[in-house]
Amino acid sequence: MDTFVQQLINGLTVGAIYALIALGYTMVYGILRLINFAHGDIYMVGAFVGYFLAFQLGFATGPSLLGLSVVLVASMIAAALVGMAIERFAYRPLRKYARMTTLIAAIGVSLLIENLFVARLGAAPRAFPQLLSEKSYTLFGNAAISKSQILIFAVSVALMLLLQWVIFKTKVGTAMRAVSFNLNSAKLMGINTDFIISFTFALGSALAAAGGVLTAQYNPQIDPLMGILTGLKAFVAAVLGGIGNIPGAVLGGLLIGIAETFVVGYGQNVGIPSTFRDAVAFAILILVLLVRPSGLLGSTVQEKV
Amino acid sequence: MSSLNNFDREETMKRILLSLGLIATLLSTFACERKGGPGAGGQTGPIVVGYYGDLTGRTSNFGQSTKRGVEMAADEINKAGGINGRQITILSEDDEGRPEKAATVVTKLINQDRVVALLGEVASGNTLAAAPKAQAANVPMISPSSTNPAVTQVGDYISRVCFIDPFQGDVMAKFAANTLKAKKAAIMLDFNSPYSRGLTEFFEASFKKLGGEIVDKQSYTQGDRDYKGQLTAIRSKNPDVIYVPGYYGEVGVIAKQAKQLDIKAPLLGGDGWDSTQLWDLGGDSLNGDYISNHYSVDDPSPAIQKFVADYKARNGEVPDALAALGYDAMKVLADAIKRAGTTEGPQLKDAINATKDFVGVTGTISLDKDRNAVKPAVVLKLQNRKYIYQETIYPEGMTPPSGAPTAPSPATSTASPAAASPSPTAKSAASPASSPAKAASPASSPAKAASPAASTKPASTPN
Repeated sequence: MDTFVQQLINGLTVGAIYALIALGYTMVYGILRLINFAHGDIYMVGAFVGYFLAFQLGFATGPSLLGLSVVLVASMIAAALVGMAIERFAYRPLRKYARMTTLIAAIGVSLLIENLFVARLGAAPRAFPQLLSEKSYTLFGNAAISKSQILIFAVSVALMLLLQWVIFKTKVGTAMRAVSFNLNSAKLMGINTDFIISFTFALGSALAAAGGVLTAQYNPQIDPLMGILTGLKAFVAAVLGGIGNIPGAVLGGLLIGIAETFVVGYGQNVGIPSTFRDAVAFAILILVLLVRPSGLLGSTVQEKV
Repeated sequence: MSSLNNFDREETMKRILLSLGLIATLLSTFACERKGGPGAGGQTGPIVVGYYGDLTGRTSNFGQSTKRGVEMAADEINKAGGINGRQITILSEDDEGRPEKAATVVTKLINQDRVVALLGEVASGNTLAAAPKAQAANVPMISPSSTNPAVTQVGDYISRVCFIDPFQGDVMAKFAANTLKAKKAAIMLDFNSPYSRGLTEFFEASFKKLGGEIVDKQSYTQGDRDYKGQLTAIRSKNPDVIYVPGYYGEVGVIAKQAKQLDIKAPLLGGDGWDSTQLWDLGGDSLNGDYISNHYSVDDPSPAIQKFVADYKARNGEVPDALAALGYDAMKVLADAIKRAGTTEGPQLKDAINATKDFVGVTGTISLDKDRNAVKPAVVLKLQNRKYIYQETIYPEGMTPPSGAPTAPSPATSTASPAAASPSPTAKSAASPASSPAKAASPASSPAKAASPAASTKPASTPN
């Protein structure tokens, strides 16, 4: 039982990060019908901005809550700017062409960011400084939860609630929803769609950067290619939950995280080696596409064919 | 409309011609460079030695350290007048830690730079990819630190100056069973690394032979970001020790996450842990863990202390084992070139393979019939960013079959601080001293912080 609870906590931790990244995929898809493949790299950029800020601002010397908050917020802002720049210079000029063009541009941007970082910083992993003192608390007998895990849960839940508030309670959120229904009609209603799209990219990128900094507290190893696999899995999470659907992205992220951890933790008992963890997400993707292409909470399900 | 098309065609033709011209220019530049390239396999002029390693990839600390060791050895030789009057030039290539790239750069070093010999790699997987190229071209290759047995089985041009995994796995199994009195061990291995799989196999076999039990075996792959799933499964089996034969990048994180899960069993590892970045990643979580390694910087032998001091003066940091092995590999190669009197592949290879009782920093090096160095290993304890010497374990089971009159007694004087004592005595002297400390250590962290002082003193005072 202890082990089960522990594995559940482990899975939820990983899943919360996937969920944060998946939100960005899903929001951009909801508005532009574009899968922004560079999104996983924004997560990496967030972690690296946090890394350099921590050293520049002198927070790397010891754990402090102030340092962590500053680094977290600053890297979210930086990533938001990067996300907006990518949208402005890579996607907006292509918006009038076929959707496939933007998709390919997204893959190009992703490769560009990764290789720029490799060229400038090298592919060697770096050690992210510890900004949160290390301590574990025991729950339910033997299940341990560390401070960094609590941080991941707390910050992700807070950010998700904030996002929910932005989307449903603010004017800009209403405009975002309008644009996602129909971009042209929204434009005719006087909504500045360019601004809304830009804003959506900023929002998604900030969430991904938060994911990057939070992961780096949990697993201090960061490298320029860390966003590839994590980004792909978050994409699967978004598809699983129903791409374009915000609660779906969170649900999908958590499910993928738990599925992965359970494969590692229990797979061996039924003959699945723990190295299959990465295969699981993609097996789920294939299953979802075969059985329920609209995802668990997908909205297009009512359109009966 | 048609005129526009014509214009387009003209433009295209122009572009094609222009690019052809550019390609031709590039090709001619390359051709020139190759003609004027160094080496050319002659018997005069500088001796060109190729070094390849991971200089920018995931294990770049390995490649960089080894390179520094190799270069330092070459500089020392050059300052002393070179080999038979010829200076050494080192050409370095970066393989980014990727096997396919290792094969490519080695091919380049052989065909384009005409190196007389190759030094590299650290990771066995990369050496295994490059070795067939060297073997096919009759260019001797000395690996400083690839410990997987398969490396030298590629052919007689491939040798190494380090011990091999069967021995390294055996050392840790013995240390765990005899010194730490462990009964139950769990293993967490890097699934795609021949190094890790090799160590796992040999640790498992030895540990079982010594009466221990392997209670769980979990795997991860390089670049994984979360290890708690595996560690939780291991925790539920309550092992006395956890063997993690991986590389520093992953191990540092594994150690950290193990502590977060409140796992108290010490982690055991191999030479793949030895890098300063291990501490940046794992920090205090690593305290109380043990590794087997090639040498200890705390070894008071004058040869080692001189090496450590020179290296520090040159590079501003303490040399890790990989730097020491890179240094030894270059020195062994130089010694062989001197003895062979030529840099021709076949003769040079014979001279390298005949290396006997060469006194290096990492011990006395003699190559056995499989071109592996027969050397003792040291066990080090990790504490507050330091490696504390625990004991030296000798290749008992391995020496007799290899037939070389090498390892035990001469090796004792150089590699082991326990000067005159033969292997079994040194070992039994260390074990009673450290076992009570071990009994206290898994209990709680404050006790753990206090115990190492007690456990290490008796082991190291005989020096």
